[in-house]
Amino acid sequence: MNSRTEVKTIPVEIDGFQMKVDKGSTILESAHNCGIHIPTMCYLEGLSPYGGCRICSVEVSTDGGKTFRVSASCTYEIHRPLIVKTDTPKIRRIRKMLAELLVASAPNVKLAQDIAARFGINKVRFKMDDNRCILCGLCVRMCHEQMGGKALAFAGRGPEKRVSAPFAIRSEICLNCGGCDSICPGKIIPCQGIKMPGELCGKCIRSDDMPFCCPTGTFGCFCENNPLEIVSQPS
Amino acid sequence: MGLLGENILGTGFSFDIDIARGGGAFVCEESTALVASLEGKMGEPRDKQHLHTVESGLWEKPTNLNNVETWANVPIIINNGAEWYSKIGTEGSKGTKIFSLVGKVKNTGLVEVPMGISLREIVYDIGGGTPDGTKIKAIQTGGPSGGCIPSSMLDIPVDFDELTKVGSMMGSGGMIVMDEKTCMVDVARYFVKFLKDESCGKCLPCREGLRRMDEILTDIIEGNGSEEQIELLHELALVMKDASLCGLGKTAPNSVLSTLQYFRDEYEAHVVDKKCPAGVCTDLITYSINADACTGCGACKRNCPYEAIEGERRKPHVIILDLCQKCGSCMDVCKFNAVVIS
Repeated sequence: MNSRTEVKTIPVEIDGFQMKVDKGSTILESAHNCGIHIPTMCYLEGLSPYGGCRICSVEVSTDGGKTFRVSASCTYEIHRPLIVKTDTPKIRRIRKMLAELLVASAPNVKLAQDIAARFGINKVRFKMDDNRCILCGLCVRMCHEQMGGKALAFAGRGPEKRVSAPFAIRSEICLNCGGCDSICPGKIIPCQGIKMPGELCGKCIRSDDMPFCCPTGTFGCFCENNPLEIVSQPS
Repeated sequence: MGLLGENILGTGFSFDIDIARGGGAFVCEESTALVASLEGKMGEPRDKQHLHTVESGLWEKPTNLNNVETWANVPIIINNGAEWYSKIGTEGSKGTKIFSLVGKVKNTGLVEVPMGISLREIVYDIGGGTPDGTKIKAIQTGGPSGGCIPSSMLDIPVDFDELTKVGSMMGSGGMIVMDEKTCMVDVARYFVKFLKDESCGKCLPCREGLRRMDEILTDIIEGNGSEEQIELLHELALVMKDASLCGLGKTAPNSVLSTLQYFRDEYEAHVVDKKCPAGVCTDLITYSINADACTGCGACKRNCPYEAIEGERRKPHVIILDLCQKCGSCMDVCKFNAVVIS
């Protein structure tokens, strides 16, 4: 038997740079491997890509540059030659609007603020809400993929979408590993307000101050004020 | 009857049909969401740029997805030949299409027409025109994901590409005839509200975009809109069209984009003059009685559910604006056309 593994490489052009990438690798992975930065929100190396935030959107051409379509780079697997542009005026407009929508929905989540700051958003034209969950799905993927658990998942559709447990009761198969809690980008203490120029409030860089509990009470496992009914505590 | 199963009618050919019932979610018409739903997973679409359903679909097997209407054409094509079928229709759209003709038109119902027929022929020759002879303002095609085509374009041929070119789409064949009493901003909000509830919620542009579009359109309809919000609406619509994960999000802005393109003046009227030209948006209209036309018959007063009309017999009646809920009952019962909307 021939034990030689054939790894096929595909020629791809990203932002003018020619490269050969492994067949099946994503545009995001290929770009990162060559030092081309594409911003992301719901992506984390080590977990499967979700394609939910669309902030990693890029313009892709499969016909040699004649026509381009917008696609999320984290989920786009490369199987044939492509031309990719990661920083066109259209992509910038898309990222700015997505950041504006994100920060209008969750202004107190530091990740949302960081993304908005990076794209130069200093004015939000929508009514501000105060959601603490940005529906990135990292907790769900962490639970399912890294911890071998099935205690969390998305529930509801559209505006009702939320992270929950079966029947909104903490499942007895929850391992209490804290993986969901540690991976959540929304759990950092919210911004403490406007500071003097150059002054940092320090809350976002000091991790020892943070309570070991999620801000939305989504998981409800570790803090006293959780809205989810705890069915049984593992001994 | 022995027409399904193993060795059908002794021919050696086996074939079976399973019917699966969906929960009725609009998003599950998207191919990857449909497949996910059939597999027992959440009806959510996924990015599928390199792998089409015909290569890997249901249970990762090659899958063919078609509408019942498409299947119904197949025996006719097989029996009469592709050449015969190709003679009907246009270059890009062969054969016939079934439309659901509804709205302000005399003959409503399902109509099967050859592709390439004009909208005018469908609405007037088959539909019989508007029931009371009023002018047609627009035709909405393609269902919630479609757009509104102004009456000035009634002569365009019905064809997949032609409808997409003008900012609408063929979709599932919906065709709504709208007259002067239809508010196009209200129409846009109606479809946005529907899509907002049907969005699967996975991707940011669609989930948040539709929610904000509904907010802005409601502000405009209630008289709290601004010129900047119209610009924001347009900007948001263009981003949703490009950045959304699936067809629902990508086509959701069509009703807004087409009404902004062809009926911008209505948006401006709502925002600048705080008026609804079609007389629909209740916050922007007032009901009143024309004293010259009113005979004092009292029909309106008797039928008003809010007791908002005053007047003595044979004397002109008056609507008390504070109590009026703009239900329109008075207008419906007045035989003298004395109730007016401003």
